[in-house]
Amino acid sequence: MRHTLSVTVENEPGVLSRVSGLFTGRGFNIESLNVGPTLDPGVSVMTITTEGDEQIIEQIVKQLRKLITVIKVVDLTEMKSVLRELVMLKVNANDANRAEILRVVDIFRCKVVDVSIDELTIEATGNHEKISAIVGLLTRFGIKEISRSGMVAMKRSTQG
Amino acid sequence: MELTGAQILLECLKREGVEVLFGFPGGAVIDIYNELPNSSIKHVLVRHEQGAIHAADGFARASGKVGVCLVTSGPGATNTVTGIATAYMDSIPVVILTGQVPTPLIGNDAFQEVDIVGITRPCTKHNYLVKDIRELAHVIRQAFYLAKSGRPGPVLVDLPKDVMQVKTEFIWPEDVKMRSYNPNYKPHAGQIRKVANLIREAERPLIYAGGGVITSKGHEALTWLAQKLHIPVTATLMGLGCFPGDDPLWLGMLGMHGTYAANMAVNNADLVLAVGARFDDRVTGKVSTFAPMAKLVHIDIDPTSIQKNVSVHVPLVADCRLALEALKEEMEPTLEDYDFEGGHMSWVTKVQVWGKEHPLTYKQSETTIKPQYVVEKLYELTNGDAIIATEVGQNQMWAAQFYKFKRPNTFLSSGGLGTMGYGFPAAIGAQFACPGKMVIDVAGDGSIQMNIQEMATSVCNNLGVKIVILNNGYLGMVRQWQELFYNRNYCETCMDAQPDFVKLAEAYGATGFRITEVGDVERILKQALETPGTVIVDVRVEREENVYPMVPAGASLTDMLLV
Repeated sequence: MRHTLSVTVENEPGVLSRVSGLFTGRGFNIESLNVGPTLDPGVSVMTITTEGDEQIIEQIVKQLRKLITVIKVVDLTEMKSVLRELVMLKVNANDANRAEILRVVDIFRCKVVDVSIDELTIEATGNHEKISAIVGLLTRFGIKEISRSGMVAMKRSTQG
Repeated sequence: MELTGAQILLECLKREGVEVLFGFPGGAVIDIYNELPNSSIKHVLVRHEQGAIHAADGFARASGKVGVCLVTSGPGATNTVTGIATAYMDSIPVVILTGQVPTPLIGNDAFQEVDIVGITRPCTKHNYLVKDIRELAHVIRQAFYLAKSGRPGPVLVDLPKDVMQVKTEFIWPEDVKMRSYNPNYKPHAGQIRKVANLIREAERPLIYAGGGVITSKGHEALTWLAQKLHIPVTATLMGLGCFPGDDPLWLGMLGMHGTYAANMAVNNADLVLAVGARFDDRVTGKVSTFAPMAKLVHIDIDPTSIQKNVSVHVPLVADCRLALEALKEEMEPTLEDYDFEGGHMSWVTKVQVWGKEHPLTYKQSETTIKPQYVVEKLYELTNGDAIIATEVGQNQMWAAQFYKFKRPNTFLSSGGLGTMGYGFPAAIGAQFACPGKMVIDVAGDGSIQMNIQEMATSVCNNLGVKIVILNNGYLGMVRQWQELFYNRNYCETCMDAQPDFVKLAEAYGATGFRITEVGDVERILKQALETPGTVIVDVRVEREENVYPMVPAGASLTDMLLV
């Protein structure tokens, strides 16, 4: 099962290789990894999506917590959270299919960010499944380039 | 007052209570060496950096304090990597100080530059590169705190040359606070009650103790529990010495070369209390058949050890000593209400019968010297009071099996990594930690040659380390596997070209003895142990003797090959 981990780390050199080295060294799988700053310049947040059975995920979480530079690990899979990924796609487009592509863009609430005679560059955000669905639908037109951001995630506010 | 980086470093070491530093100088650390004569810290000059790290490790294991080594950049640093991994696998507190090229040159492939922080990231508890002198005191303080707290381990601090040269105001950080590191020591009261109830209900309980009992100084509480509740005790290689080896409840080591009684007890127990152990593959054999009838309780300070290799019924993350003491407190008031002695009598008897049916043994010979006999004689001659370091292989297993360790911190051996060449430098470190004690390295002819250069270190420091080489002219443990599992194809394990160890001892200014007759073993060993200074005893033992019992790798613990 896929798990999304939010990992709060000390913002210092080497922290990314400590985390990624842990995954390679112990044979864990990283599906995507995203790092970004927080309001506190000393702290960064990593969003890691990984796959494994319960025992493996438990080990991953514990091993991450054991790293000295890791401040906090939360498994967002177990709680209500918002998960978002961004993708940019450069798709073949001609007069015959451009309208059809734009319909897909519309339905999925994507944005066209660049246009040329034979290409459309589309930006989409959404959860993992939505992004995969968009990619799946646009494949038949011919995707020339793809760039996916990896997951960013946040726990939902608790309902009052 | 403003101090240089080198001065701040040495002042911090002094305040951390460091008395001995094992090291080897080089260009990147000359500034530190330049200040060393002004410090009260004793420096021990080794002959190879691997010797320095193992000596620091041996010092730590024998004393329970943090061992420290100091080496230069590049090759000096990389030479310590095996020793760092050794300490990491066995959770030994050491601080490794490495020189580094000046900060402006880092990343330029400068002379003797290596990314030692990158190289050692997976085999240290944590490591640091100090780029700013204002961080230096904090980093040193954190390094010692991390090395010795929680689950201990090696911490490396990389020190660029220019940081050692510049000056800053020295402020000693009184507190070490790290928001991301708070090891949990205190056992959970509810879990303790659960364990106590399991013990009260158990008919066939067993204690399986590991190195964590020794690290946490939990041996007294463990001994109390075992003796008062009449629970037999087995231990891992790392746990030897945590329970008296001459106690009737002692079963000996478990696992691949464990005793028949210990492995049978694991197989038949209805409750196994794993304390400070980590269910290593050399201990469990085939995991799915390990302790098949038992409820498992696992006490360990490291949460990652729990549920890693086996799934346990009651996990308890805590310092082993505190957990064992809490258990003692829980059990003590109601001790009278339960008849543990009577309740466990048939189980204890059964376990002891296994011990009598298949004790640790060997076939004594009149013509050749059995290595096990040599270790037995060492035990008798030292009254079990020596600190025994070992190399790795058959010598290590025979030492573990036939020397009855009575006290913790007296058996120094590379358990997790299995590092040949560990024993001798570790013995040197232990001798510095315990100057008044007899320190013996039980070695093989193969592994002793891996750090033989430290003879010079031992001799010039007038150390009384005794090296007993169980010399069979083979890389014995690999040869044993080749004999048993590879059709006797003794490929590259025969080491018949070897130095004359007696002359070698003499060349270094030490004393050498050779034993070739069974009848001479006791007499010459005694003479060797009584000889002051560093001594090598070259004992020519039976060449193809095997270590038994043996559980083949991956087999169940009950599938033991016996003598």
